[in-house]
Amino acid sequence: MEEVKLMKGNEAIAHAAIRYGADGYFGYPITPQSEVLETLAELMPWETTGMTVLQAESEVAAINMVYGGAATGKAVMTSSSSPGVSLKQEGISYLAASELPALIVNVMRGGPGLGTIQPSQSDYFQATKGGGHGDYHLIVLAPATVQEMADFVGLGFDLAFKYRTPAMILADGIVGQMMEKVVLPPQRARRTEEEVRQQCPWAACGRRGRDHRNVVTSLELDSAKMEENNLRFQRTYAEITANEVRYQEYFTEDAEYLIVAFGSVARICLKAIEDARAAGVKIGMLRPITLWPFPTTEIARLAKQVKGVLTVELNAGQMIEDVRLAVEGAVPVHHFGRMGGIVPNPNEVLAALEEKFSIKF
Amino acid sequence: MTKEEIIRPENKVYSRPALLTDVHTHYCPGCSHGVVHKLIAEILGETGLGDKAIGIAPVGCAVFAYNYIDIDWIEAAHGRAPALATAASRLNPEALVFTYQGDGDLSAIGTAETIHACNRGENIAIIFINNAIYGMTGGQMAPTTLLGMKTATTPYGRRVDLNGYPLAITDLLAQLDGTCYVTRQAVHTPAAARKTKAAIKKAFENAAAKRGTSVVEIVSTCNSGWKMTPAQSNDWMAEHMFARYPLGDLKNVEPQQTTDK
Repeated sequence: MEEVKLMKGNEAIAHAAIRYGADGYFGYPITPQSEVLETLAELMPWETTGMTVLQAESEVAAINMVYGGAATGKAVMTSSSSPGVSLKQEGISYLAASELPALIVNVMRGGPGLGTIQPSQSDYFQATKGGGHGDYHLIVLAPATVQEMADFVGLGFDLAFKYRTPAMILADGIVGQMMEKVVLPPQRARRTEEEVRQQCPWAACGRRGRDHRNVVTSLELDSAKMEENNLRFQRTYAEITANEVRYQEYFTEDAEYLIVAFGSVARICLKAIEDARAAGVKIGMLRPITLWPFPTTEIARLAKQVKGVLTVELNAGQMIEDVRLAVEGAVPVHHFGRMGGIVPNPNEVLAALEEKFSIKF
Repeated sequence: MTKEEIIRPENKVYSRPALLTDVHTHYCPGCSHGVVHKLIAEILGETGLGDKAIGIAPVGCAVFAYNYIDIDWIEAAHGRAPALATAASRLNPEALVFTYQGDGDLSAIGTAETIHACNRGENIAIIFINNAIYGMTGGQMAPTTLLGMKTATTPYGRRVDLNGYPLAITDLLAQLDGTCYVTRQAVHTPAAARKTKAAIKKAFENAAAKRGTSVVEIVSTCNSGWKMTPAQSNDWMAEHMFARYPLGDLKNVEPQQTTDK
């Protein structure tokens, strides 16, 4: 029988990491995600699964520990919040360039700068458009529930290893901090050394009789070869885009207006949609689960049936750019957002719909 | 007499170490890197440690170390080698993990990673090439640049009021509880190279035996950056560098027992 637990999203990440059979976690305290490291420290997985847990001296060190661990073929992760994730961008770019699987969790708080410790979604651009230097993408998963916080650890690792590219869980501070019921995945054993070597023949984990050396590097001074590397990365991104778009639709069959929202904001919008429908206005919603790759085709399809699209985000209007690219001018696309750590209530979403589309509830 | 008749095993006094790849290096003639690479390849071959070695390459002139020593390598971002080594070592307890870093990498941009890896007593060896200059980017000032030394960014000669003091970071690392062996060597003479080889071997054996962090600083020359001939560089190093960076062991003890249970 499955076991239902009550816990914070951040705690669910920690539990799920151990149960996935992750080999290592490297992190640095920052609000509002410190419970990930704290929970791991409390659970002491090095005594059960053998998972390494280390509090690094900085976010820069933590992401480079992830780089070092990933280069040896291990399933390794880090977590942080917005200012800390900015510090990690160097390492994330290197991970992408060296085609290393890894999981990075960003429990977003409001910026820019030191900003606020309250929830935000203002790192959408950073997560989906690269963030560090060079042409690269991360697979970006946006959980809306504590259950998805747990589930996306395994999904993130699986996708990262499938495509040899880093994946990110882009959560907002609400999902990190709120407590909900969650069913944790079953405990898996960590891969054996032999399994790691078999799954990751490229890993630099010591030759041990291998007839050639493995070198993990992002450096290539021959421009022709470096362009070929970039073309290979782009082929991987095209494959991910073709196969891994994930989203959820709500009340879209008969929708006259469409909301696009991700993370916890989608749940606030769902309440607004129920209220609107009670008042006779047919609103639907698409919730992107993968922010990269983005559900462009699906939004374009829905744009043909609705009169307008509203994106609701905890930022000044970031995802709206991808929605507009998908809609391609077919119908008006507007944005409603709050910033600085303020979370809108369903009535504010309804008011935004009224104002932008001249609807009366 | 043919070559084969002369070079019989019993007559052979020297050969290229098996783990040193048969390619031209990009190092300048007279550069210390080539000698140190050869010593590392010799040790890894002679001890058999090469088969389980993971080298962490730096950013700097030694960025291509992975082309020359035939073991598994991970190329780090500038200064981050000790962070990579931390994870590689902890996640692969059977491996021998070592970093190879220059003075800019280890004592400027990577100071935090260096100090904290040493302070945690990571079971790694750190090979530190100190030539008092940024070689790869064209001879700029390093933290270890001597006072009065002319570089691309101190063409007037390093001044305390503008640039602060030369950083003897190895002295600092020797103070940390996590280090078990900290030494400063050179490779400017055959005798010095032999001592350096013994030091690196000891550092590798410490790492393999999980005794904590070992640091081998090798006071080195950069004749291109210093704008001298290789012979002049060796003389200049002995005369000036050794005064600020004296050779010898700074620390050689068993680390304090950790309480991991």
